[in-house]
Amino acid sequence: MWAILSILVENKPGVLFKVTNMFRSRNFNIDSISVGITENPEYSRMTITTYGDEKQIQQIVKQLDKMIDTIEVKRLDEHKTVYRELVLFKIKVSKAADSMEINKLANAYGAKVHDAKKESIMVELTATPDQISAFEELIRPFGILEIARTGIAALQRTGA
Amino acid sequence: MSGARALMKALEKEGVKEVFGLPGGANLPMYDELYKSNIRHILVRHEQSAAHMADGFGRVSRKAGVCFATSGPGATNIVTGLATAQADSSPMIAVTGQVPVKMIGRDAFQESDIIGISNPVVKYAFQPREAGEIPEVVKKGFYIAETGRPGAVLIDVPKDVQQNEAEMVFPDEVRIRGYHPWTDPDIVETERAIEMLLSAHKPIILAGGGVIISGAFSELQSIAEMLMIPVVTTFKGKGAFPENHALSLGPIGMHGHAEANKLMTEADCVLAIGTRFSDRSVGTFEEFEKNLKIIHMDVDPAEIGKNQTTHVAVVGDVKASLRIMIKLLMKRALKKSDDNVWIKHVNEVRDYWRQNLKIHPGELSAARILRKLREVLPKEAIVTTEVGQHQMWASLFFDVIHPGTFFSSTGLGTMGWGFPAAIGAKTARPDLAVVDIAGDGSFNMTENSLATSVLENLPVIVFLVNNYSLGMVAQWQRTFYERRMIGVDQKNCPDYVKLAESYGAQGIRAQSLDELGKAIKAGLKSDVATVIDIPIDPEEDVLPFVAPGTPLKDMILPS
Repeated sequence: MWAILSILVENKPGVLFKVTNMFRSRNFNIDSISVGITENPEYSRMTITTYGDEKQIQQIVKQLDKMIDTIEVKRLDEHKTVYRELVLFKIKVSKAADSMEINKLANAYGAKVHDAKKESIMVELTATPDQISAFEELIRPFGILEIARTGIAALQRTGA
Repeated sequence: MSGARALMKALEKEGVKEVFGLPGGANLPMYDELYKSNIRHILVRHEQSAAHMADGFGRVSRKAGVCFATSGPGATNIVTGLATAQADSSPMIAVTGQVPVKMIGRDAFQESDIIGISNPVVKYAFQPREAGEIPEVVKKGFYIAETGRPGAVLIDVPKDVQQNEAEMVFPDEVRIRGYHPWTDPDIVETERAIEMLLSAHKPIILAGGGVIISGAFSELQSIAEMLMIPVVTTFKGKGAFPENHALSLGPIGMHGHAEANKLMTEADCVLAIGTRFSDRSVGTFEEFEKNLKIIHMDVDPAEIGKNQTTHVAVVGDVKASLRIMIKLLMKRALKKSDDNVWIKHVNEVRDYWRQNLKIHPGELSAARILRKLREVLPKEAIVTTEVGQHQMWASLFFDVIHPGTFFSSTGLGTMGWGFPAAIGAKTARPDLAVVDIAGDGSFNMTENSLATSVLENLPVIVFLVNNYSLGMVAQWQRTFYERRMIGVDQKNCPDYVKLAESYGAQGIRAQSLDELGKAIKAGLKSDVATVIDIPIDPEEDVLPFVAPGTPLKDMILPS
């Protein structure tokens, strides 16, 4: 089971270490993590995606809640949440037609093209992890040179 | 005022009268202020012992014990002590010196990243970067260490932060946004728990360390007596309930009492109070919860469902939860039936095992020497243990009569804990006799605390169950490794009577039960520590024994 956790934490040194160290020491996995400051500069928000069975996810939430530097821990329902990830792909261009093809795919996915060179193209895509995987499959035949992903940012919809 | 002065003032405001420690370069400013303060310093010979003393002090007084260590190796030497206290939810404050702020991260002399190193084994760690932060940090430290589920707190103070001057404000209260140590027990859940207990045919109470930490002794006894439910304990909960009570069955687990393990397995509903269902207590998680309704009371919500599936959970301080339960029970007309089939069975099983459990032959068998200790020792005396065979024999054969007088490193299982913890306990309660039930292997690890005991006038008795071997490991090698004995023989070294005497303590060798009784009495009267060396048969095993990874019902019994 996949879970998105939104964790409001004290914005001070060492908190990211404590949170990730808890995952490590209790044998849980972090699938992706993104951290940034919030509307209140005293707090940061961590968005962590993780895998586990129901019991494990509940334990993760409780262990996070127990930490003194966490203010609020929410397990987000993906159907009531807007969640996106940004990814940069550097894709190999072997022949002129590749470039056109990649541009077409990028357009279809609402991705932006940067740094188009003779031998490679960089594409920026902001989407859900599923859409990113689908796009990745489509461009794989061209040859993916490098990937950088940010991890998910997520917020619950108002009234949800 | 300087950061170091503020530290002492803040400790005094918390009511600290003693600290256990060892000075070094990076904590000299605080020692200089300690010199000027009213706080007594108790010098140790190794920082690990300072931490265990603070831990022992904290468990007995239920107020955080305090230890001091310098930076670098001083700080790393207390890590085992922090982990031990944290694993057993013992309130403790460790104050370490650190290299000056500007030197941090430059691999300075005696620099260790103790904040990073200690992270998984503390409840919280502080590193004030400005002298002015110290009063609030200390206040928060005690608040975190002593409330909710207690634990170990580290305060790491860079040397310049100790020396710098600042305007100090000493808060009377602190609040921490992300820390909510208390939850009010839920009435509806408590009602459900009562329904479940009353409708059970074979109910049992499992009392854990939480009962001792919250001091819920009379509440536990009331519930057990009101509902006529037999009480087993975890090893950490040993002595939460008087072990001479008609409803007491003693500890369950790897070396639990035969009757306790047997009846725990038969029960259909358990009221588990302040326990985390450790693997050493329950055998296997899957087998333990089979056909068993579990009602779990605990102060820590993260313990609910961690190891066992819970049917009803009451989160909150267990003393408060039990009080609510008693109130709700008093509103009901409980019918006490005289023909309680379950209790009859419980009594039969218990009586059978108390009469028929075979004990090791010989005058100085573990059972006989521990029963002798019980016979001679006042029931209010405090007992600590080391870790190993003697510890499990204490669990089996030493009955705790006065609740909350038995302490052991149960979670981390730290060899060397018992003796310094006994000295810490004596510091907290100088009016009581304190005995460390020890094994030779464990005692070796912190035996230099004899110096502290003698020089600081903190006399305790070391009841040394001596088989000159690492007995528990030897037992596993005999049982699981076809007697391929390696690394367990201590080869009659050292002579413990001479060792004790060399520190100015009293050393007595007891070679009969009669001599043992006399030695204990001599120890109780002594102004210095007494080491009673009791040579036992190195082949004696601890039985019953539930092998690791097997269910309680498969316990190995003495043949």
